[in-house]
Amino acid sequence: MIAVVDYCKGNLKSVERGLQAVGGDAHITDNPEIIRAADAVVLPGVGSFADASQHMVESGQMEAVRDAIAAGKPFLGICLGEHLLFEAGVEGAAGPGVDGAVGDPSLPVGLGVVSGTVVRMPSKDAQGVLYKVPHVGWNSVEFTAECPLFDGIASGEYFYFTHSYIAPENECAVATTKHSVTFPCAVQKGKVFGVQFHPEKSSDAGAKVLANFLKVVEANK
Amino acid sequence: MLTKRVIPCMDVKDGRVVKGVNFVNLRDAGDPIELAQRYDEQRADEVIFLDITATHEGRATTVDMASRASEELHLPYCVGGGFRSVEDIRTMIAAGADKVSVNSAAIADPTLITKAAAAFGTQAILCAIDAKQVPGNPNKWEVYVHGGRKNTGLDAVEWAAEAARRGAGEILLTSMDRDGSKDGFDLALTRAVSRAVNIPVIASGGVGKLEHFAEGIIEGEADAVLAASVFHFGELTIREVKEYMRSQGIPVRL
Repeated sequence: MIAVVDYCKGNLKSVERGLQAVGGDAHITDNPEIIRAADAVVLPGVGSFADASQHMVESGQMEAVRDAIAAGKPFLGICLGEHLLFEAGVEGAAGPGVDGAVGDPSLPVGLGVVSGTVVRMPSKDAQGVLYKVPHVGWNSVEFTAECPLFDGIASGEYFYFTHSYIAPENECAVATTKHSVTFPCAVQKGKVFGVQFHPEKSSDAGAKVLANFLKVVEANK
Repeated sequence: MLTKRVIPCMDVKDGRVVKGVNFVNLRDAGDPIELAQRYDEQRADEVIFLDITATHEGRATTVDMASRASEELHLPYCVGGGFRSVEDIRTMIAAGADKVSVNSAAIADPTLITKAAAAFGTQAILCAIDAKQVPGNPNKWEVYVHGGRKNTGLDAVEWAAEAARRGAGEILLTSMDRDGSKDGFDLALTRAVSRAVNIPVIASGGVGKLEHFAEGIIEGEADAVLAASVFHFGELTIREVKEYMRSQGIPVRL
């Protein structure tokens, strides 16, 4: 069973149904024990990092997901779920001058699987050209390392994005996308994956990513 | 590179598509989900369901439709129309809508945008603006509500900027002068709004032929183009539109 973690934010059904459509036994749950016992964990999400972090810590989900990952279970974080793989995030953080204060120990915490702090996407590129933020729509994804999620998909394929915050440069990046800046849009550390785009909203290419994740889950059983 | 989006918009009443859809080989021409799936096959980038239902019972049907859409569609969709409160929006987001668009209720109470963006994220909140040019003043547009019948007196460009400041994630901009005209988008309006905000602008109202889509992006500086009848009546397919846009140097997903 694949646990789709419900942390009271946004649309989970399309993720659950997207996984089911490619043959996955996916179920939405908010129960830490079910998350721990699952064969794999999917953390979807929209909403702000701070709210999600607080809810997951208080509900015991953060610890349950950490335990599942530590036990070698495959994990897929989508959008905010990818952000939560990092150590911390500035989005929605309370307190004076927090937005952009990378490295601040009072920032809301993530799972800490990948090092770094999730930051706001700049609205200007290096030449000072303005870009619209949120970054909304279909953008091409360039693969920068081998990753089983992208089996059978050509580098440069389009996926649907909708977000204002981005992952920092990190040692686990496997793909990049360019908007105002070129940023890591997919990360992998062993069987732990995170994607900034929404595979469940990315038509056929997205379904392929979910099917590839399912293969990792099956191989791990 | 981020592509420019092409968005078909469907008017939905009591969970059914209205405004005569004339599409070949549809099992049920009134089913918004089946129509949206057809547009997905043609490479639509997302779809918008505009709920024109007036009754409470009808609204419940639209929520059911949104719930079905979240299970059966594999592309993003927005539901617009009739939201009065954060609770109304919560019901639709909980049903599975990726985004909602707010219009007259946000004008009556602009804090609705602030509160909804805080609750669901800016990416989930579109601000729909129906604008009409002020007679004799080609560079001024005012915001209308109630289907274009009531002038609020608000300046459309200023209202768009305020909506963006309050946390709207996108502006869905409709020219009331051009809507249904097939004369093309109001490019001056689209450009003025697009330059006034740092969030994506969806141009709407007036599309009749291929060239209009490209103009909306190149001259109107829009981030996405919306059309309804040209797609529903099969006059143009999404693919034709995107191929034309690409031939004009616009990045699209084909």
